[in-house]
Parts: sequence; structure tokens; C-alpha cells
Amino acid sequence: MKEKVVVEGFENNLGTRNRKGVLWYALFQASTIVGIIALVALMLNIINGAFGYVAYEAKVDPDTLSINGVAVQDQSKEQLVALLQSKLSSGAFNKLNSDKPFESRTREEVYQVVIDRIIRPQIVGVWNLWPSLTQATEIRATVVKDHPKAELDFVSWLTSGFVKRPQTSEPLTAGVRTALFGSLWTILFTILLAFPIGVGAAIYLEEYASDNWLNRIIQTNINNLAGVPSIIYGILGLAIFVRSLEPLTSGEIFGLVDPTTANGRTVLSGGLTLGLLVLPLIIINAQEAIRAVPRSLRNASFGVGATKWQTVWSHVLPNAIPGILTGTILAVSRAIGETAPLIVVGASTAISFDPSSPFSKFTTLPMQIYQWTSRPQDEFRSLAAAAILVLLMLLLSLNAIAVVLRNRFSRRF
Amino acid sequence: MAELSLKDHVEKKTSVINLRRKTRWGETIIQSLLFFSGFFSIFVTFGIVYELGKEALLFFQMPDVHILDLFTSTRWQPHTGAFGIWPLFTATMMTTIIAMLIAIPLGLGVAIYLSEYAKPRVRNILKPILEVLAGIPTIVYGFFALTFMTPLLRDIFGKDVVQIYNTASAGLVMGLLILPLISSMTEDALSAVPRSLREAAYGMGATKLEVATQVVVPAALSGIAAAVIVGISRAIGETMIVAVAAGSGPNFTFNPFQGAETITGHIVRISGGDLSYDSVDYNSIFVLGLLLFFITLTLNIISQQIVRRFREVYE
Repeated sequence: MKEKVVVEGFENNLGTRNRKGVLWYALFQASTIVGIIALVALMLNIINGAFGYVAYEAKVDPDTLSINGVAVQDQSKEQLVALLQSKLSSGAFNKLNSDKPFESRTREEVYQVVIDRIIRPQIVGVWNLWPSLTQATEIRATVVKDHPKAELDFVSWLTSGFVKRPQTSEPLTAGVRTALFGSLWTILFTILLAFPIGVGAAIYLEEYASDNWLNRIIQTNINNLAGVPSIIYGILGLAIFVRSLEPLTSGEIFGLVDPTTANGRTVLSGGLTLGLLVLPLIIINAQEAIRAVPRSLRNASFGVGATKWQTVWSHVLPNAIPGILTGTILAVSRAIGETAPLIVVGASTAISFDPSSPFSKFTTLPMQIYQWTSRPQDEFRSLAAAAILVLLMLLLSLNAIAVVLRNRFSRRF
Repeated sequence: MAELSLKDHVEKKTSVINLRRKTRWGETIIQSLLFFSGFFSIFVTFGIVYELGKEALLFFQMPDVHILDLFTSTRWQPHTGAFGIWPLFTATMMTTIIAMLIAIPLGLGVAIYLSEYAKPRVRNILKPILEVLAGIPTIVYGFFALTFMTPLLRDIFGKDVVQIYNTASAGLVMGLLILPLISSMTEDALSAVPRSLREAAYGMGATKLEVATQVVVPAALSGIAAAVIVGISRAIGETMIVAVAAGSGPNFTFNPFQGAETITGHIVRISGGDLSYDSVDYNSIFVLGLLLFFITLTLNIISQQIVRRFREVYE
């Protein structure tokens, strides 16, 4: 017969302990769920802003502009130009023509001018997606009551036109092309600065540097730089690139720009500033990739008489490059989303022309989003939401590339 | 130089075929280029300290600036000669504290759940989701704070209590931004605690919670502390959320439902307009930047020291 061993007091508080365990498990799980809910709320909030009803009144009814029953949106470019000539003052027409001659504009551009200058739709009300879906009849009733002449449309603020159109001050015709090009131009210079120096530094630290005080300082310094707030880099960029190196970053010494209007707040300054910002990230990521290449590969190469650089160039780098590129893409997507340093460096308000050289004034997607978000009118919030969707899609595709690179080309040793 | 015999070579531990004497210029040039790349980051740090320090000195040399005012006055309006840094400082502290009140408990909860409770399959789904949260640009969080959190707070507490721009909304959303940072660093620290410690505790009859909170968390405490400090440093330097949602205009207040401008928010607003060089405003952002730089640098160094000094090393 077995004897039951009873430890005095062992089971006394077992129930409490288990209940406590279940309670805390629920709390830990709840915090995870809160994190996911936050992400979902963030996304839904953006989608909520990017679609919905818009009520607008046209200053000139488009129906009155039709010629022989051909509605204004179907007219040819020549007819539209003639329309502009007849409706605008000759001074305004000539100014448009001298900004960019009508012969060289496409039909779509001319049509855009017709909308901006003649039809001039004015927004009288904007609703987000959720009220648009749930209270459609009330919205209709309010619009009919308050603005009998207004037209109510369910619009998506994010359209292909939104991506293709330049920035304007009119919410209905504003687009992000200027900002998108600005972002791409800046990123180009960011990569040109940060990629070679970053990879070079990583190679130095992993392959060449001996363990002495100088190299330890360099390594610690890089780790610390990675934690410096991005706005500090903006201030640094303002002092160095915008101000001290103004002749260079404004393009003055190349004689490419008009020296009276040129200043250092250019694409080049912005890109270099972001380059300094992502440099530590690129170095740290590249170091990890290089460290993952096994020692034996190097030893084999040295064994057949290769020099240090030959080993690095033909054996270490080819094996590390997928990791280096993945890390660089992640760092670049951080740069694309950066706003604060560019506001300090760029300080541009409204730019409606695409950047055409390193010495152009610029705006970028996040700056554009900031600008639209900080305006009080609802229509600009909707524009900001649509621009955020463009930005997130850009970042998502970059990250997808990084994942593909990592999965396809990474080798396990 | 006289020819050395083989015996000399062996004694002096040099090679018979003297490879050393041949200077490979290509290798040397490449090596110095690589060294320059590595050293470049030192230039960046020097650049930050030098440029910020230089302009900050100019600021203090201005006739109407007194260094004492910086810490005694409670008004910050450089163009009218009021240089009390307190309103910017308190606003920064408030958004940071609110953010950490959200980020620390949630971040630790998420980390403990992922590391101790979640099945591998669940963890493989949840971790990328949190990484997405960490990869979203901060301006998007700013938009979220202004168009979601602020209306929510105003609905809950009333429109008279909560202003359109307020530090509470910015702080709460900043907490969500920092959550994934703290949770991923903490989770790394928890996962580094060896399995044997957990097994030993289970062997003593501990419940899962007791293992997690009384064995694993204490063992990983240095890593957790480092994560929290990095989180604080990130919150202090965070810019776009506060620039969008916390309000414009320095305001000496401890009411989280009122608008107030943080150090970073102030820098963004001041430099958003066209700044003329050598104006008081221009120089003042360098002072603020320098202050910000040293605060965050100190916090980051403390965090690294904690990891280095107090890490428990297991075989």
C-alpha cells in the first residue's frame, strides 16, 4: 500500500498561485492585443481619412462651358486653350503661357489649368469614410439644405492622378508627384554618401581593425551615433551643408544656378543630411552581414596566397552582399520616412515644381504629409491620409524587396 | 642588408621569402580609404559637438542673454528676450513620462508573453506585426495622434477639458511608437536567459508566472533596464508626433490636456519658417540641440554601461 506523502502547507495556497498565474497571463496577452489593436486602429484611421464624401461648388458650372454639346472634359487641347484665352484676362493667360508654353503642355495639363482657373471647384464639406458609409442620407440632406448648388461625390483621395499631379494649393487638384520626386532625389544622395562609406567602415572594423583603443572608440562612437535623435542631424545639416558649404550645395561654384536666388536648402543638402543619419545604421547592419561570413572562407583564400583586399573583395563581400543590401534597404526606408531633419534643412513651404537637379529646392513625401496635417481644414487631412498611403506603399515595397533579397540570396554556412 | 641564414630566420621568427618588404601600394591605399570610412563617424560626432557648441556659444555671447535666465525664468520667447528653458523642458518631460507609462508596462507584457507564453507559431506571426509598428514613419503616428487620439480624448474627457493640441495625446501615441522598441529589446534579454534556470524553477514546483517574474525577469534585469533607458532617450528625441499633436507655443504647464511645446517640437516650428542666420532664433535651436544631444547621449551611454556591467553571463 502506497503512502501519500503530504508536505505540510504545500497545497495551501496553490489555488491562489494558479489564479494569479491565469490573471497575469491574461494581462500579458492583453498588452500584446493592445499593440495589435493600435496597429489596426492606425491603419483604419488612415483609410478612414483617405476616402469619403466631398461636397464642392464650382464657381463656373462646367455645363455652361460645353461647345456644341461636347462637355468640357471631352474637348480637345486646342478647344481648351481657346477657352482659357476667352475666359481669362490676357495678362493671366500670357503669364501661364510664359510659365510653360501651351504648345508644350499635354492635354491633361491644359485641362488641369481649366479646372484650376475657370471652373474652380470649392470644397464646402468633407466627410471621412466611416460617416460616409453609415450616415450617407444625413450627409446628403445637410448638403442639399446648406449648399443647394453643391455637388456631392464619394471620392477616393488616393487616385493615380493624385500620384501623378504636382502639388498645388487647391485640395481637389493637389498631388504628390513633386514630393515623390523630391523623396527619390534626396534618397539618391543619401545612398551615394552613406553606402560606400558605410560599407567601407564595416569592412574596416570587421576585417582590418585590430583591437586597440582607437578602433574601440570608433565602434562605440558608431553605436552612440545610432541613438542620436534625428533632429540633431537636421541641425548639423543646417550648420554644415546649408550654411558652411553653401557655395557647393547651392550649386553656385558650378555656375549652374542664379546666384541671387540660390541658397543651400537644396536636394543635395537634404540627401547628405539623411546620409549622415543612416550611416551608423548601414555600418551596423553591414558589420553583421560581414561577421556572418565564416572564417574558413578567408583562411582558404589566404592559403592560396591572396592578399587581404583580394580576400575581402572576392570572397567576403560576395557572400555578405545580400545581407549588406538588406540592411541598406532597411536603413534607406528609415531615411524615406524621416521628416524632422528635412524640415530643419529644407524649410521649404510650397514647392510645385519637380526637382530637376541636385541644386533644386525640394519637398518630400513626409514633409508634404506634415504640411497637410498641420493645416486645420479637413480636406487637407484627407490629402495627408492619401499621401500616407502612398508613403506606406513605397516603404512596403522596399521592405518586400529586402525580404526577397534575404530569402533568395542569403546562404547558410 | 646582409643575407640572413635560415637559422637566423628561425631565430628571429621571420619568413624565408620576405613578403613584408614588398610594399603593395594598392593594398595600402585601399586600407587607408577603409580606415577613413571608419574614422568618418568620428568626424560626424565632432561635427555635431563643434557646430552645435559654436553656435550655442554665440547665443550665450548675445548681449541680452543671461545664462542664469535659462534655468530661472519660466518663459521661452527668444525674440522678446525671455530665455527660460523650463516650459520646453517640462513639456518634454510630460510627453516622455506619459509615453513611458504606456510603453513600459505594455512593452514588458508583450515581451514576457512572446518569450515565455506564446507558442512558436504565434510568436512568428506576432513579432513581424510588432516590427511593422516599429517601421512606420513617425509623421504617420503624428497624424494618428491628431486625427484619432485627440478626438478620442476629447470625447472621453470633454471638449472643455482637452484642448485640440495637448501633450496627453502626443504622449500616448509616442508610447505606442516606443512599445515595439522596448518589447523587442526586452524579449532579446529574456530569450538569452538559459533554459536550465527555468527548468530548475519548474522542478521546484513554481508556476509559469513565478518562473517568468521571479526567475527569468530578474535574470534579464540589466537588459530590461537598458531597454527602458533607450526607450526614454528615444521619447525625449522624438519629434514629429509632438510637432503635429502637442501644440505650438511654449507653455509652462503640468496639465497634460493643454497644448505645450517640447524641445524638439520647438526646433521644428522655429526652423519651419525661413530662419535668418545669426538671429536669436537661429542660435537658440543650436542651444536646444546641444542640450538634447547631451541628454540622449548620456542616457544611451548609461544603457550601454548597464548592459556591460550588470549582465549575468551564463555558460
